[in-house]
Formats: sequence, structure tokens, C-alpha cells
Amino acid sequence: MNEMNHNWDVIPEFHPEFDLERCDYENGCSECVRECSFGEISLKPVKGRNGAVQYRPWANLSSCNACQRCVKMCPQRAIHIVQSPMYTSHGYWTREHVGNIWRQAKSEGGVLLVGSGATGPQRRYFDHIMFDACQVTNPSIDPLREPMEIRRYLGRKPDHYGGEIGPQLKLEMPIMFGAMSFGALNLRVHEAEAIATKAVGTYWNTGEGGFHEKLRGYGANTIVQVASGRFGVSEDYLKSASAVEIKIGQGAKPGIGGHLPGEKVSEAVSKTRMIPMGSDALSPAPHHDIYSIEDLRQLIYAIKEATEYKVPVSVKISAVHNVAPIVSGVARAGADIIAVDGFRGGTGATPLQIRQNTGIPIELAISAADMRLKDEGIRDTVSLVASGGIQSSSDVLKAICLGADAVYVATPVLVALGCNMCQRCFTGRCPYGITTNKPGLAERIDVALAAAALTNLLCAWGEEIKELMGSMGISAIEALRGNRDRLRGVALNDEELRILGIKHAGA
Amino acid sequence: MCGIVGIVNTDRKMIDGSYIKEAIRIQKDRGNGLGGGFAVYGAYPENKDKYAFHIMYEGDHNSPAVARIEDYLKTRTVIYQSEQIPVYPNRRIPRGPYMKRYFLKPIEEFMAPEQTEEDFIIDIVMHINRMNDAFVVSSGKNVGVFKGMGYPEDIGDYFRIEDYRGYMWTAHNRFPTNTPGWWGGAHPFTILDKAVVHNGEITSYGTNVRWLEMYGYYCLLQTDTEVISYIYDKLSRRDGLSEGDACCVMAPPLWEEIDRTKDEKKRYLRQTYGSAIVNGPFGIVLTHKEGAIVLNDRNKLRPVVCAQAGNTYYASSEECSIRFLSSDVDRIWSPRGGEPVLLHLAAETDRKVPS
Repeated sequence: MNEMNHNWDVIPEFHPEFDLERCDYENGCSECVRECSFGEISLKPVKGRNGAVQYRPWANLSSCNACQRCVKMCPQRAIHIVQSPMYTSHGYWTREHVGNIWRQAKSEGGVLLVGSGATGPQRRYFDHIMFDACQVTNPSIDPLREPMEIRRYLGRKPDHYGGEIGPQLKLEMPIMFGAMSFGALNLRVHEAEAIATKAVGTYWNTGEGGFHEKLRGYGANTIVQVASGRFGVSEDYLKSASAVEIKIGQGAKPGIGGHLPGEKVSEAVSKTRMIPMGSDALSPAPHHDIYSIEDLRQLIYAIKEATEYKVPVSVKISAVHNVAPIVSGVARAGADIIAVDGFRGGTGATPLQIRQNTGIPIELAISAADMRLKDEGIRDTVSLVASGGIQSSSDVLKAICLGADAVYVATPVLVALGCNMCQRCFTGRCPYGITTNKPGLAERIDVALAAAALTNLLCAWGEEIKELMGSMGISAIEALRGNRDRLRGVALNDEELRILGIKHAGA
Repeated sequence: MCGIVGIVNTDRKMIDGSYIKEAIRIQKDRGNGLGGGFAVYGAYPENKDKYAFHIMYEGDHNSPAVARIEDYLKTRTVIYQSEQIPVYPNRRIPRGPYMKRYFLKPIEEFMAPEQTEEDFIIDIVMHINRMNDAFVVSSGKNVGVFKGMGYPEDIGDYFRIEDYRGYMWTAHNRFPTNTPGWWGGAHPFTILDKAVVHNGEITSYGTNVRWLEMYGYYCLLQTDTEVISYIYDKLSRRDGLSEGDACCVMAPPLWEEIDRTKDEKKRYLRQTYGSAIVNGPFGIVLTHKEGAIVLNDRNKLRPVVCAQAGNTYYASSEECSIRFLSSDVDRIWSPRGGEPVLLHLAAETDRKVPS
């Protein structure tokens, strides 16, 4: 019944509690048991009023992740999740640290794996940046009455009249869905992403797990990825999309490769990735044909040759200490688009220590990269995409003011589909049917509803961006790229302000 | 809020500065005494083959900046003539910074290989402006700019603007709101032969400045307007765009319109020069050696009225100035937002410089 580890040395952090006054078990309801994909809830036989055996929901105290699926799906609203009060936290040795050590010492051993992005206390710079607004001296613009343009073109632009414009991606709003692979996600989620981006006029990214045959019709809104594992890469694959992205790194796990556990490699995943069913899909940490910038240049041009120079080639790197010179090098190596992924970026599976401790915030990274390209006079030759921890439309616009041409969002896609941040994506047991290919779970995603949710999300953020622009008196979003004049910092020190290129509030 | 007036005689018939001084005086409400100025084309016919540098120094004629900058100029240019710009302090403007004008030509040996004469001059202007104790007020051939702190009619009196004659004039009455009022911050803003008078606020300033810096233009005068003259210089002179195309970059058509008309040239311009878009409310008169451009922002958030009387064209923030200048105009209209009015001077060789 419960396949998860029973590990009584680690006190379970969460468990469900059942309000038996409300619970409908007497009539045979066992919805919670079916909903729980982690095996926390079982049925316990009890003697009923008429003497017959009845089955009551029962918390196993073994594997609750507080995903809230049972709470949301209980027809009687009879469940709530409680956090264990069994030990109080030491001010320095928090529950998290104690629990991690127990887990490594006693049972799980090895490297601690987690899903989603970094949770640490590092400053979220977006919260310390405020927008300007028009007052008196210039009129704000009402987006309901005046045209407000948020279209972006990504790709190489000339620095003089008459120069050639490279192949471009046309984004009706400066938001794309970030790379999440088939395998990490199921086909239904990919289809929903494809439908939504087609409806809105932007792009989604297949991630490194190949591009399923069924979705090839959405190529005009798709970016395909070439990562170190080269899963699913073929000539057809490269030619099937609007852009090809070389993934060097990812914010959630800079410097290491990917790992799709064998449990998630179903038949369809195996076919699309071109690997045996059930085998772990391991992407090496580096590309073994890219040990230097010169090698990257060769791959960029190999892909351009293969795609006959018809689509832009993007290079995705994680935001690391030396991000500015790296971006400059990548631009000079021939990339048309560079995606920089901050340390808050999400993932399906990453070693805990890497997730929490490697990389830098996207706000600082994108600003430093943009300034470096400007100082070298090559800013227009390449488009910059920011990602990693974008939580709202205002984050999108702040990233643009700090120098991004557009952003990738990925965690918001999952949240829009119901994700509750339980961070157990790597188990393949996603109770919301998002990061799982298990029959019975994946079906929890209804493609049409999911596509509608994603379309709604994009449209809502687009409207909010227009409102923010209108309040600043900007009617075309290109007038905001790198426009740090319209930002002010609050409670930031001089060095932070210098790197962001903004003034402090009041100045 | 600011007031602007422009007068262009396309036949290069000369008029003196008294007319425009009176025309801008009528728009007194549009300024607050923190800046006024004039640009006159055709001011120095006897030196029209030389760059006329008007330089404003901090302090008086004893300022160490004077000798330093003149030494600097001498290492790069031949100065044919230099003199203090005559000023006439009055009750409203009792004093001002020390100003000199120089007629000079670059020394070719000092130019970088393949550098044009104009780019060489721009480098000199940027170098002086970055010293922070001297500012180049104007640097074009046969062009003079006179500006300062005060109402424009008082600035006009200070320089005795009626003593100058030209075939193309602009004037500006400033009401600064987002940057300090100071002598160097008054309009017109110039680079080479381009001068801009501007009413508005440029919300894209940060983006524009960063783009310009990539091409060696530095915005140091603490006022958003200077970006327009630099953007136009980069587009028209360096990149060779036509006036219409340059306006299409600064006030581009909507994407929707580009899609509908399938105008691939406009799409190209907007894609290539996204960072040169001028956003926010503005009405400008941009003058250059071959004519003038009157342009409004796409949403027409600032007033500009144009009029024609024979070969004389007028542009003004308010119609009253035009009615003052000409009681009998052939045509008067309000240009639509984003649609430039392009005025072209007759070729200079057509006639002698009239007296």
C-alpha cells in the first residue's frame, strides 16, 4: 500500500487530519485515498454503527508532502494538513538542517534531491525596485483608450542601417514559457503550453527531452532545446521549431547535468528521447563537445547550417559570478539570443546543495550582462532573455528595465496548472498530474482546461504590463528595455545600486 | 510645458531676430523664466565653411577652463577667429557665464583613419562637455545658438538677438520640470548643424542614452532633449537615413499598421532601431542644414501648429505666435501625431547670400 520509506527516525513534517464528523466514509467515500499519490492515506477498517466493517481514512504518518491535493479534492472538506509540532526549531539548527542530516545519516543516504527553485533567504531584488509613474509633467497613458504595444522581436539586429536582420522570433508579449522537458512534464502539459502560446502569439520551449510527434504542428510557437544529453535531437527535430536553444546551464543547477529518473521514462518518453524505456536519462554536466567558447561557436554554426540559417539560435546559461563576460563571449560566438537563468529558477530534480548555494540572482545578472554588452557596443547584436524566479508581471517589466528583451517563465506555468510547491517533482508522483507520466496521474490534467488557464495567465500578465507601462507614460515596450531611469531602489546599498545601474529612491 | 516657435524661409531669405523674439514672448505662460534660447541658421555667412563653436564657460574670462580648452582645441583644429560673444546685461539678466565663439576647421592629420570630419568634431564636443566646466552650446557651420537662464525675450535682449540675421530660426521658452534650470540646460540643443527645440518629456530617455553611448554620444547636459539631436545625427548623418525614415524611427507607426500595410521597410527600421524610439509626449522643431522637421509624438500629447505663407513656414506651440508673425497665412494646420512635416531649403548655390 505504501511504497514510500517508512522512516520513524525522521519525524514526518506534515500529515493530514480528518474531521470524522464531516467525513463521508460511512457511505463508502474514499476520494482522499485515490487522490494521494504519495501513499500517505490508507483505509483503516473499523466497526460501523450497524456492526458491519467500514473503512475510515487513516494517515500513515510516512510521506505527506503537504501538496494539499486531498484537502482540495475532499467532497466534504473534511481534511486539513498540519505541520508537526513534534520538535521546536533551534534558532540555528532549524528543522530543515536537522532533518536533512537525519535523512542522509539514517536511510536515504547520498545526495539529497529536491524539485523546484532555491528557497534560501537571499535578497529578492525585484522587491527592492520601484517603478516611476507620470505626474503632472507628462500624461500617463490609459491602455484601454490608447494603443499600447508590448510586441518584441528576438534575434540578431544590425548596428547600422542596411545591415542584415537575422531570423527573428515575434513575441506578442515579452513572455515565453521556459524549458521543461517531455519526461519531466507529461505530454498533456506540453500540449497545453503549445496551445496557449499559439493563442497568444509567443513561444514555449520543449526542454531537452525531445519534441513529441503529436505536437510538431505547433512548431511555429516552439523552441527546441539541444542539451548535453542530446535527447531526441535529429535534423528533423532542429528543423521542426522556430528557434533552437543550446542549453549550457540552468539556474537551479548550474554546472551540473540533468537527471530524469527511469521511473519517468515511459514508452512515449523513451520514443521521443530516443532512449530505452525505464532507463535513467542522464545529461552530462558539460557538453562533451563543448569545453570552450570556440567549441560553442562550432555547435552554434553547426545548428545554423543544419537549419539553413532560417531560425535564431539561442544559448541558455545559468547566472554565475562571471556572467557578464560569458554573455559577451557567447554573443561574439554567434548566438542570436542569450537566455540567462537566475539561481531561483525551478527544476524537476536538483541536488539540494547546488540549488541553494550556486549561482546568482537574475536581477543582478541580467543588469550586469546588459551593461557589459552595451559597454562593448554589441548590445543590439543579440537579444537577452531573463529567467529564474519571475513571479509576476511586475517582475517581467523590472527585468526588461534592467536590460532583458523578454523573459522565460516556467514555475508560474506549473502553478497555473495547480502546483502547490510540494517540491517532489523528481518522484514522478505529482498529485496534480503535472510532473508525472504515470497513468492515472497524468490524466488529472485536462488539456483544454490547462491551455485555457495558461492563456488566461499570459493575457492577465500582458494586461498588467500595459497598465504599468501606461502609468510610466510608455506606449511601446522597446522604450523600456534597459531604461533604468524609470526604476529606483529601496534599501539597497551603493554596490547593489551600481550593479543594477539604478538610483536610490529619492535621488 | 514649454513653448516653441520656428520660422523657415525655404528661399533662404534673411530676417532678423526681432520677429521671433516677439513671437515667443507671446507664449510667456508656457515658460517660467528658467530657460530661453534661439537658434539662427545663416548667422555667419562670411565664415560658413568653418565650424562655429559657441562655448559657455563656468565662471568669468579668468576661468582656467578657457585656456585649457583653447589649448585643447588648438591641438586638433585651426582656429581662424575667436571672440567673446557680445552680451548686453540688463535688469532682468544682470550677468551670465563667459561665452566665446570660435570659427575653426579640424586638422586632418589628427583625425583617425576613415573618421569623418563630422565625427571628429563630435568627439571634440563630447570631450569638452565631459570636462564639466565648459559646454559647447553650438558647433555647426553657419549656425549660432544663443541661450540661457531667463525668459526667452530677456535672453534675446541679453544677446541682442535682433542684431543677427538668418533664414531659419527657432526659439524656445522653458518650463523645466524634471531637470534643473541652468544656462546649459536651455534649448535649443545642438550637435553639428542640428538643433532641437522641444516641448515635452522623454520617457524613453534611459533607453535612448544607453543606445547613443554605444556610438560615442554622451548625454551630459542634464536634459532629456539632447537625445533627440544626437539620435537624429546618428540616424541621418552616420546611417544615411532619409528625414522621413529617421522620423519613422523616432515616432514609429504601430506594429498593427506595419502588419496591415506590409511595409517591410518600416518593420526593418523599427526592429533595427528599437532603442532609438522617442516615447512620451513631445512636440519638436528639429532644424538642420538642409531644412527643418516638425514632429509630434504618436499620441499627439503636445500641441504643434504649422502654417505656410508663401515660401515662409511657421511652427509653433500656439497659433497666436503664428498669427503675430503673419496676418495672412495661406494655410494653417495641426500636424497629426507621428506624422512629420518636412521642410526643405532651396539649394544654397541657387542664389547669392542676400544682404
